[in-house]
Amino acid sequence: MLEKRIIICLDVKDGKTTKGIKFKGNIDLGDPVEMARKYYLDGVDELVFYDITASHEKRNIMIDVVRKVAETIFIPFSVGGGIGTVEDIRSVLLAGAEKISVNSQAVKNPDIITEGASIWGSQCIVLGMDAAKDTEMPSGYRIFINGGRTPTQLDALAWAKKAEQLGAGEIVVNSMDADGTKDGYELTITRMISENVGIPVVASGGAGKPEHLYDVLTSGKAHAALIASMTHYGEYTVESIKDYLKNRGLPIRSDYRKQA
Amino acid sequence: MAAIRVGIVDYKAGNLKSVENAVKHLGADYLLTGNPADFSSVSHLIFPGVGEANAAMSALKETGLGDMIREFYASGKPMLGICLGTQIILSESEEGNTPCLNLVEGKVRRFVLPPEYKVPHIGWNQVTFTIKHPAFEGIPENSSFYFVHSYYPDPENSENIAGQTEYNIRFTSAIAQKNIIAVQFHPEKSGEKGLALLTNFFKWKP
Repeated sequence: MLEKRIIICLDVKDGKTTKGIKFKGNIDLGDPVEMARKYYLDGVDELVFYDITASHEKRNIMIDVVRKVAETIFIPFSVGGGIGTVEDIRSVLLAGAEKISVNSQAVKNPDIITEGASIWGSQCIVLGMDAAKDTEMPSGYRIFINGGRTPTQLDALAWAKKAEQLGAGEIVVNSMDADGTKDGYELTITRMISENVGIPVVASGGAGKPEHLYDVLTSGKAHAALIASMTHYGEYTVESIKDYLKNRGLPIRSDYRKQA
Repeated sequence: MAAIRVGIVDYKAGNLKSVENAVKHLGADYLLTGNPADFSSVSHLIFPGVGEANAAMSALKETGLGDMIREFYASGKPMLGICLGTQIILSESEEGNTPCLNLVEGKVRRFVLPPEYKVPHIGWNQVTFTIKHPAFEGIPENSSFYFVHSYYPDPENSENIAGQTEYNIRFTSAIAQKNIIAVQFHPEKSGEKGLALLTNFFKWKP
């Protein structure tokens, strides 16, 4: 039986894992390669590295991180942030990432999805979307870009369907309303998109407790759940989250422990 | 690692970096090449690949790598198929109605599943080993491996089935025939269990 994936997201700035804290700026969480190795051994199913480096000239630092991660962990991982051209995709995939994710860049230039999928296959191209409730939109949710700062005219459900047609292999649905609240994922939009596309949906934003993952993986109909701060500060471990979900009957990969 | 030399077939079908990284991590001497002549020094062949069957077969014909793989198989040395590489060793694929290498009798079929089963089948799923095989040595029954595919291998002879996986249907996820072991999943992305399979393959003396 196909198992539900637990994915950990690491924000990387200038080669360091970081976390934005409201009004305090970014705090340094450590070396992304070491963190990746630790989470890999802890049994995470997949990792996402999000490059939040502002300047384009520091792009090579990220490529170097990707290369080192690929030599250190043997599970799939994706890279997002600042990927806008076929060349950007190529450099990240050749450095050893399994897939790339596009967000704002795909809204501005949807062809990037099609071009990427035609060269490397749909399984390499993930669409990330930032959506917030908006009663003016047909589905009730509007797409935002530039880290959630800029509203677009795109309806979230219509954009998800379009991205699938263009060749995206997976969609990460990040709810801006839930993000940072730790009150749980936004189940409505996650379920709506999952029920209306033929590709897997990853839920993002709002995870604070293991039961939030249970909810989004069952009634939210997500195929995978993205977490970050739950594990970064030691509040939970991958194992404790997986044990919880497994005990509640979800198909979860739990045989990762190193063999004796 | 004993004195082995692993040859990874590069026929421009997808990104082989993760296969290379895993082999390097395990300390095996290896080469990754698209030149058929280079494989004369190889003791263990890995035939990987991600992509489309028709394009892959054209590339194998053009480069002479297809003939090299046939000869390697005939030599009796161990050979590992991964994902598209596994599909290509069968007789034919429904993907683009492509005649394949026909080393193992059988067809490659597209998943036809109810809508709640997304295709491609992406993620971790369990493999039930249906035979004892040196490549599975020490790997617990029903271990999870990482899959990404829309087509699955369907060998003609049930004795070639080495492992099976459930995704609405029960499909063949591992094939064994003489010196071939071929898997639909990605051992190079399946954590420590996947690395164990690769290590077993390097030790295998069919």
